[in-house]
Amino acid sequence: MKKKFKLTDLDCASCAAKMEAAIQKIDGVHSATVSFLTQKLTLEADDTRFDDIVEEAVRVCRKIEPGCVIQR
Amino acid sequence: MTQKQKRTLGRIFLSAALLAAARLLPTLWLPGALPLVSVSHAAQDGSAAFSLAPWALYLVPYLLIGWDVLWKAVRNIAHGQIFDENFLMALATVGAFGTGEYAEAVFVMLFYQVGELFQGYAVGKSRQSITALMDIRPDCANVERDGALLQVDPDEVEVGDTIVIKAGERVPLDGVILEGRSTLDTAALTGESLPREAEAGDDVISGCINLSGLLKVRVTKSFEESTVAKILDLVENAAGKKAKAENFITKFARYYTPSVVAAAVLLAVLPPLLGDGDWSKWFHQALVFLVISCPCALVISVPLSFFGGIGGASRAGILVKGGNYLEVLADTQIVVFDKTGTLTKGVFNVTAIHPDQCDEDRLLELAALAESYSDHPISRSLKEACGKEIDNSRVDGVEEIAGQGVKASVDGVEVWVGNDKLMDAAGAAWHPCHRVGTTVHVASQGVYLGHIVISDEVKEDAAQAIAGLKTIGIQKTVMLTGDAQAVGEDVARRLGLDEVHTQLLPADKVDQVEALLRERTGKGKLAFVGDGINDAPVLSRADLGIAMGGLGSDAAIEAADVVLMDDKPSKIAVAIRIARKTLSIVRQNIVFALGVKLLVLVLGAVGRANMWGAVFADVGVSVLAILNAMRALRAGQGAE
Repeated sequence: MKKKFKLTDLDCASCAAKMEAAIQKIDGVHSATVSFLTQKLTLEADDTRFDDIVEEAVRVCRKIEPGCVIQR
Repeated sequence: MTQKQKRTLGRIFLSAALLAAARLLPTLWLPGALPLVSVSHAAQDGSAAFSLAPWALYLVPYLLIGWDVLWKAVRNIAHGQIFDENFLMALATVGAFGTGEYAEAVFVMLFYQVGELFQGYAVGKSRQSITALMDIRPDCANVERDGALLQVDPDEVEVGDTIVIKAGERVPLDGVILEGRSTLDTAALTGESLPREAEAGDDVISGCINLSGLLKVRVTKSFEESTVAKILDLVENAAGKKAKAENFITKFARYYTPSVVAAAVLLAVLPPLLGDGDWSKWFHQALVFLVISCPCALVISVPLSFFGGIGGASRAGILVKGGNYLEVLADTQIVVFDKTGTLTKGVFNVTAIHPDQCDEDRLLELAALAESYSDHPISRSLKEACGKEIDNSRVDGVEEIAGQGVKASVDGVEVWVGNDKLMDAAGAAWHPCHRVGTTVHVASQGVYLGHIVISDEVKEDAAQAIAGLKTIGIQKTVMLTGDAQAVGEDVARRLGLDEVHTQLLPADKVDQVEALLRERTGKGKLAFVGDGINDAPVLSRADLGIAMGGLGSDAAIEAADVVLMDDKPSKIAVAIRIARKTLSIVRQNIVFALGVKLLVLVLGAVGRANMWGAVFADVGVSVLAILNAMRALRAGQGAE
């Protein structure tokens, strides 16, 4: 399943790159891009565990850039 | 400016004022000793006097401007994020404070915040101006259901529904006009500023703006299949396809910060251990390193340049599907064109009917009937010229022979309609025509009946397109066509193409492109431009596929890397120019940002750079690089 999420208050480009790398490492993620310019996260992951993976992504992002919120 | 940015601005002003006050204020005498914050002086009469320690004065503006940075640094360390810019700035300024450089510490933090603010503002603005270009998503559609007009989401409209578009509204879905006449503003899609006339029977593309009249439109495509949704999808995904330069920067950034920080540690520790100077001097110099160690200028400005280039191109009606394709475009050396629909309008008109065995009407009718199931431009023009309603039931057993024509049975009689090769296959004694154009031969049961000549008009800007490519230094322009030799060569000569290959089957086109691919030299790339009818394999075989978006088939737009929305071949030169400009901006930014940082690092190592210079090398360079990146957005302007 592929889904796009809007990110709010993502205001550092290298954080976006770090988030992208961190989300890609989550188990079950096929591909993930965090675009600083469009302020969007595109996530492609296993259907069965998609919600858990999103949960994990939110947690990882909070660790890197606490101000940034993934809108679901 | 956002609320957050406004607050930061206020803090900057206040802190700057306090910093100035702290500098200008005379020594403040205290009535007595205060623990920690007082400095004792020996007064002239020998008694002790106490003044307020300067650091206490500077601490106020420092905390005012820097508390969030300090807080983030602490919080991120708790999260295991050590090398982030907040930590580095906090360490550098706290270090400066510790070594007695109070004013410098406040100033560095102040300048850093100014830079961050400006950077955030500039990025926000650029993002806005780029996304504004892509603001073509329709909000709602007025759909007619059971005689009543309902306002619904474009997603909910089905194919076959009738929608009403009022003046000033955006066309929500692709369709055909049933009633009404209007002018359409297609600028958002094609970059064409001249509005287009539209009336009943015409196709309308979603994303256009209806300027004047009321239009009733029968929907032909669902929202996801409509032009607007496709374009938005393309552009959004474009950001995901990273250019080589972008990947380089991401990789570079991963190593840059830790290495600079390591160098800073070495600089702080090694010389004093070797007995060269005191600890605080080298520590201070190491702090300079920390300030420069953030790779932000590069991490922001390179993708922003590509994004700007893609945005600028889309403003000119050129959709580029990713930053990587801008790189290929910039290196294009050979441009290969398909003829029909690319260099010519793809609108065929019957210009001559030369019957051998029957009368003109009969010849035309047979050809139109045999071709009635085909959607090829030639078939359409035959049907149009015939003028009569085509009765499909008279035709059966249609067999299309790619690159040759069709064989069908009309009223139970076998009819062959196509080119000379097909006539040979049918065993008919054909003869060539003296008129230049596409000759459609007709034979029935082995007997040659005659031929019809159809000509295609060359696009107005085709010659200009080829000349434009020559001007920007494209080495070779080639035309491939399935058409007859005389027709192809005639067009190629008139347009000034370097090479022409005629009478090619779709598979031959791939072979020709393969051969041309071997002619590339160095980094040179080959681009193929087609309108999509039979082109998809060639489009994907070339280094870069360019498709005509308006006329082109969906398959071609999918297979292509660059789509020209207004079908103008002259836009290829514009696209290449935009790509080259974008790439040169990217290179400037990489060289500039790395150059300044390296310079300050070297100066810092030998003790020639202070922290002010370091802050400039960090945020100042970022801001300049962002401003430079924004030029990519305007790269398409004035290029026509």
